This record gives sequence, C-alpha cells and structure tokens, in this order.
Amino acid sequence: MPGKSIGNVLFLILTLLIACMWAFPIYWAVVTSVKPEQEVVSKTTFIPDVFNFSAYYFALFNTNLATWYMNSIVTSVTVTIVVIVISVMCAYALSQIIFPGRKLLYGIILASFMVPSQALVVSQFVLMHRLGLINTWGGIILPQLIVPVVVIVYKQFFDSVPKELREAAKLDGCGEFQILFRLYLPLNWGITTALAIITYIMAWNAFLWPFLVTSSEDMMTVTVGITQISDAFGVKYARDMAVAILAAMPVAVAYLLFQKRVTQALMLSSGIKG
Amino acid sequence: MIAPFVTAYLVVFAYPVYKMFALSFTDAPLIGVGQWVGFGNYVKLFGQKLFYTSVWNTGYFVLLTVIPNTLIGLGLALMVVRLKGWLQSLILVLFFIPYILPVSVVTQIWQWVLDQQFGIAQYMIEFFTGKRISVFRDPVWAMPMVALVTVWWTNGFNLLLFIAGLRNIPQDYYEAAMLDGATRLQCFRRITWPLIWPVTALVLTLQLILQLKIFDQVYLMTEGGPFNSTYVLLQLVYREAFRLNHGGVGSAVAVMLFLIIVVVSVLQYQLLRVRER
Repeated sequence: MPGKSIGNVLFLILTLLIACMWAFPIYWAVVTSVKPEQEVVSKTTFIPDVFNFSAYYFALFNTNLATWYMNSIVTSVTVTIVVIVISVMCAYALSQIIFPGRKLLYGIILASFMVPSQALVVSQFVLMHRLGLINTWGGIILPQLIVPVVVIVYKQFFDSVPKELREAAKLDGCGEFQILFRLYLPLNWGITTALAIITYIMAWNAFLWPFLVTSSEDMMTVTVGITQISDAFGVKYARDMAVAILAAMPVAVAYLLFQKRVTQALMLSSGIKG
Repeated sequence: MIAPFVTAYLVVFAYPVYKMFALSFTDAPLIGVGQWVGFGNYVKLFGQKLFYTSVWNTGYFVLLTVIPNTLIGLGLALMVVRLKGWLQSLILVLFFIPYILPVSVVTQIWQWVLDQQFGIAQYMIEFFTGKRISVFRDPVWAMPMVALVTVWWTNGFNLLLFIAGLRNIPQDYYEAAMLDGATRLQCFRRITWPLIWPVTALVLTLQLILQLKIFDQVYLMTEGGPFNSTYVLLQLVYREAFRLNHGGVGSAVAVMLFLIIVVVSVLQYQLLRVRER
C-alpha cells in the first residue's frame, strides 16, 4: 500500500527530527567547544568556520583538570572493584550458605532501598571527619561502597544456578571461596560486566558527596572540579564546553562501547529482566 | 564472606542512619558535640518560613517532573519501538545519551544554551515572549527550567524501561486486533495501555522517589534562588549543616526528608497493590 509507506516515511522523519532536537544541546556544546571564543559570541554558526582547539588546550594545560581526572579515575575504579567484590561475596552467602540471621540480613538490605543516601550526608560527613578522611580519596570512596541493589541482583542470579554444580564442586574438595570465584562468578560474567560498568558510571558522575567531602581543589573529582572553572577564570563558553566534554568523555565512551550492558544493568536494577 | 559487606554497611550506612536521628535531637554544630534539645530542632523548623518554602518547592518540582517525564518517556518509546535495526539503535542513543552525563556537565551545557545574551534557546524564548529572559534569575521561570533540564537529563532511563515493556507485549495481540478492524487508537487503549501499566507504575514510583531528592541541578543552576524560588529540602540540609554549622538542625531536615520518602513509598506501594487487584 503506497499510502501506508508514505505514512511510514513521514513518521520516520518526524521521529528523527525529535531525536535530533533532543540531542541538539549536546551537539551545540561540541560545536561551541571547537570555535574561537570570538565566534561563539559574535554569530550563530551551526558548523564552525574554522576548527579551533585552543579551548581544549586551555582546559588540559591551564586548569587542574589533569588532577581531577586522576582523582576521578582512582576513586571510581576503586569504588567499582570494591562494590563488586564485597557485594558478590555477600550475595553468594545469602544465596548459598545457610547461617543464622540470613533472612533478616536480606530483609535489612532490601529495606535499605528506602533510605535516601542524600539524607545521610551530614552524619557521614561527621563520621569521615572523625576518621580524618575529609579531603582524601578514602573519604570520597567509603560512603559509595554500599549499593544494595548489586547484592540483590547477584543473589537472584546465584539462586538460579543449579544446585548440582555446587555439590559436585564440594565433592571435589572446593572451599566456598573457590566455588564462588571459580564457578559462580564466571557463570555470571555477563552480569558482572554490566553491574561493573553501571557502578563505574554512577561513581564517575557522583556529585553531592564528593562535593561535600572535598574542599581543596587538589582533591576534587572531575564532576565537582569543573564547576570551579567559571568561578576561577570567568565565563568563557568555548572553554567551558570543552571542559564539560572532557569531563563527560570517560562515561560517554564507556556507554558507547558497552551500550547493551548498560541497558541490561539498568533493567536489572529497576526490577525488569534485561 | 558477608563480613566485608556487613562491616562496610554498619560503618558507612547503618551507623550514619542512627547518627542522623541522634544528631537531630541535639544542638550540635557540624563538627563537635551538642546538648540534647529534644524536639527543639523540629519546633524551630516548623516555625521557619524557609522550611515551608523548601517543602513547597520540592513538591512543585516533583509535580513539574514526575508526570511529564513519565508521559514523554512513554510517548518517545512508542515512537522508537516502531523503528527497526540500526536506525532504532541510533535514535535510542540520541535519546539516551543525556542520561549518562554527569550533572555538572548537564548544567553547564544548559547554562550555555539558555544564556541570556548568547544562548541559542533565547531565539525561541524571544519568539514566544517577545523578550530575552535570564531564566535562572527569574522567580517564575527558574523552577520550570530546572524541571525541563531534569526531564531532558533523566528521560532516557524511563524511555528504556518503556521500550522493554513494549517489547514484552506479544505481537499476536495486535495482529488479532487488526484483523478485527481495530484502529491504532483502539489498539493503544485496549492492548498497549493495560499491558504497559505495570511499567508505568514502576516508572512513576522510581521518578517520585528520585525527584524528591533533588539538589544537584538546583544548586548548580540557581543555588536556590532567585528569592528562594527554587529552594528545596536537601538545599536546606546543606545550608543548615554546612553553611550555618548547625549539624543538629541539618539532621532534623534530613530526617524530615527521610520520613517523607518512606511515607510516599509506602503509600504508593499500597495504591499500586490496590490497582493490581
């Protein structure tokens, strides 16, 4: 039917148009970042007359961006690894080992969903101060280590591993740690990468806590640090956009490389099967 | 095996929860010990105009984001699922990418887009209102604009959930309905809507709880201004505890936020259960 196909083409054009409008602010930020500062404020060009990377040069070499990158990488990679390791162990125990208080512990972890971590910032700050961890990597990392949803997702996956596998491994004389890291974890490798990537993205993007716990510019993460640049050097749009793009790069790349995994992890953590 | 997680849980989660309640009954500064004041901080809060302003603004923000965000997510998902192959992936990426950006990047981009002098969105604002508006310095515009930016930023996640939900609806239903001569609108009302309702309820729940905790965007774009028109609860926590050095009062506000979220979650859970029956 020709009528139907024209309709489809129109529908496609409409969808594309909306999608492009939706993503336009990002395009606009990228385009702005490669314009000379004068062109940014003198005229509206959708494609720059000349490509100029001085904004990136400035962002990389005249600001603290390199230090903030370092802080972000160290803290978000550590958070990712520790969250996965401690959660996977806890989930394995909850799923496979019978110990007193197992049900209660699971119930408590489920209930933690209700506690908004943002409401805890005052008492966490007091605690970090007492531990002498203000303005340190440890201070940024510690409160981010409890992610109940990772435990719950792992537990559900471990529950569905056939019991015979575990019994066979036990007969072969494997300890619980061996069973977990040699058998259960490799069996759930896909879900581990998914959860790791999403944890990494969340840790990189964390704002409120790193903002509160770091006051010295040398300890800030990228997400917090970039908000200081306009304050320190005045508003310059090409430069601010270059800084923003550099700050978003590590998560944008991780997302584009692992799209499917990111999607899967988000579905799992919201309770829809991926 | 549970030791590392449980230790971390007790130290950086359970203890701070307990401490939040304990601090809220003292007049402690941010760092240091305070005297027990019973419900003093709460009484003080209820006598403070800024507290009501913050509660009101938090509610206003929730109103401006939760339902629009859910409807836009569903609308976009209905468009995207009709596409196929690489085209669908491409469009999904375009819609989803804002979601993975850090909040400070999002606010920087929008501050530039909405800049009063050079912002590209001002052409549109000028077209509709006849003048350029410094949106984050205008008490009427500030909150709706923060909401707009938030919807843009977070919608990708809702879109994703809706797409997953729509993909789970068996195609046979539509084929059968089409054979019976059902129109698109009828298909939506009789098949899609009832079957997508559980996902809609999930999105609404997640959104409501998420948006009650608004702080980052407001702080970065307006700092609560102008004239406190975007002052929200978490901002009050920040102000009391970290700016005015009132750890006790700050904790009391945090407890209020915590209670609001618990009540809302429980109520919503009950409402959804009633609906399902």
